[in-house]
Amino acid sequence: MTTNGAPRLDVAEIRKDFPIFETGIAYLDSANTSQRPRQVTGAMMDYFEHFNSNTHRAAYHIAEVATDRYEGTREKVRAFINAASTKEIIYTRGTTEAINLVAYSWGRKNVRSGDLIVLTILDHHSNIVPWQILAAANGAHIEFVDVDDRGELRQDQYRELLEHSPKLVAFGQVSNAIGTINPAREMVAAAKAAGATVLVDGAQGAPHQGVDVRALGCDFYAFSGHKMLGPTGAGILYGRRELLESMDPFQSGGDMIKAVRIEGATYNDLPWKFEAGTQAIAEVIGLGAAVDYLAGLGMDAVRAHEREITEYAYEALSDIEGLTVYGPPPSRRAGVISFSLEGIHPHDLATIADRGQVCLRAGHHCAMPLMTRLGVGATSRASFYVYTQKDEVDRLVSSIKEAQRILK
Amino acid sequence: MTSTTAEDQFYREFIIDHFKNPRNFGRLEDPDITHEEDNPFCGDVIGMDFRIKEGVIDDVKFHGRGCTISQASASLLTERLKGISLEEAKKISKADVIGELGIEISAARIKCALLPLKVLKVGAYGLADEDDGEG
Repeated sequence: MTTNGAPRLDVAEIRKDFPIFETGIAYLDSANTSQRPRQVTGAMMDYFEHFNSNTHRAAYHIAEVATDRYEGTREKVRAFINAASTKEIIYTRGTTEAINLVAYSWGRKNVRSGDLIVLTILDHHSNIVPWQILAAANGAHIEFVDVDDRGELRQDQYRELLEHSPKLVAFGQVSNAIGTINPAREMVAAAKAAGATVLVDGAQGAPHQGVDVRALGCDFYAFSGHKMLGPTGAGILYGRRELLESMDPFQSGGDMIKAVRIEGATYNDLPWKFEAGTQAIAEVIGLGAAVDYLAGLGMDAVRAHEREITEYAYEALSDIEGLTVYGPPPSRRAGVISFSLEGIHPHDLATIADRGQVCLRAGHHCAMPLMTRLGVGATSRASFYVYTQKDEVDRLVSSIKEAQRILK
Repeated sequence: MTSTTAEDQFYREFIIDHFKNPRNFGRLEDPDITHEEDNPFCGDVIGMDFRIKEGVIDDVKFHGRGCTISQASASLLTERLKGISLEEAKKISKADVIGELGIEISAARIKCALLPLKVLKVGAYGLADEDDGEG
């Protein structure tokens, strides 16, 4: 089944942009980190080879080019997520740093003793631990929204928690571990109505579906470049301008100041107030190229392709005896399938799959509370992206059968 | 994908045999020492029960779940431990354990292979091993 009307991706053509596939790998770990096309690495090489210099500091030509390209990513990202202004687009190293920035700069100032923070059992460690540290420092407490047997958040319990007027609600748009797509828009609206500040962890959202932060209505939205065809080391924090204006800097030093005197410093304007020191210039330029690439494909087509591949994989895997898939049906899941095999440890499957050049994740997927809730130590996880083709899923199925033959 | 399993170094018969038919698997009643360790990377847990008589390991059993490597490693280790003194057991090194498995073990799986040894070292001697961090 494909989504009606959405243009289809030409996967064979797309794969030509990714030299890594010439190695023959079946890459099924894009939820971990994606591959990067020549357009991204090329943009970075262009910087290194033609205008390598620092941004915002020098008066010579190549530094102006570097600054233009670096700042140019901000407008690309703004348009990509439909933010109101480039002042709301903060460069970070990734989702983790973006969430830590909010926990530190917003959290320490606004979260007080006795306050409630609502998270979910589906969350990635990066959207749990910063809040645990904040709660411990400021005397707040945390409640987790549970999942039902299909791995979907219990909205009844969520509504009950909102009745206790949480100071902050933070949740992942999509579960990296089992692929659940949360009803983010409804959840944000309910949290805002309850008076909470809302952060959406979009690490598994922004790469895979169109995002409109204004329609979503959240206060903060965090995501990583490396899961959306960009390089590691560059990510984004979107924040509503008035909130960002009211926050103190996160890290401090060069570039985030207007003036420094012995008596003290005045901080730079948005967004640079939150960008201390020399930034990941090449990586930010690479992220801009990744956004261009995805925008060129069209996010509706990206989502439609992932849905098609996910449905194909879901069916193929469900046919295998002794295999249990975690999480919701394909229509309500992103391109992530987490599963266990009776009598076969995920590590062993990953090792056997690797013998056939199939890259498969085994582990807790940085979601240990969820693994505990599901009653498993670890699962195997296959995840898909714009370049995933059915042949790669078939190779996974062969690996599973191979593992069963050897180990059962 | 081609099938080269028969020659496959990793999953050779010897390891599979210890995985499918682990030696000394189970629990001891009233053990003198009992200890469990986990591998936070995958959630695997291995525990061992020891009965000690005059400084000698009179009996040992292991329990827990895990992958082929950790299970085979535990099975092999308990075979080796039975009947030797705690002093001798103390000398068993990481290299010994890996050597006994007799296969090439990738960096990602080394913790699986060494988990049983950690149970022994921490349980019997309280020796915490170096470097245990995992995301």
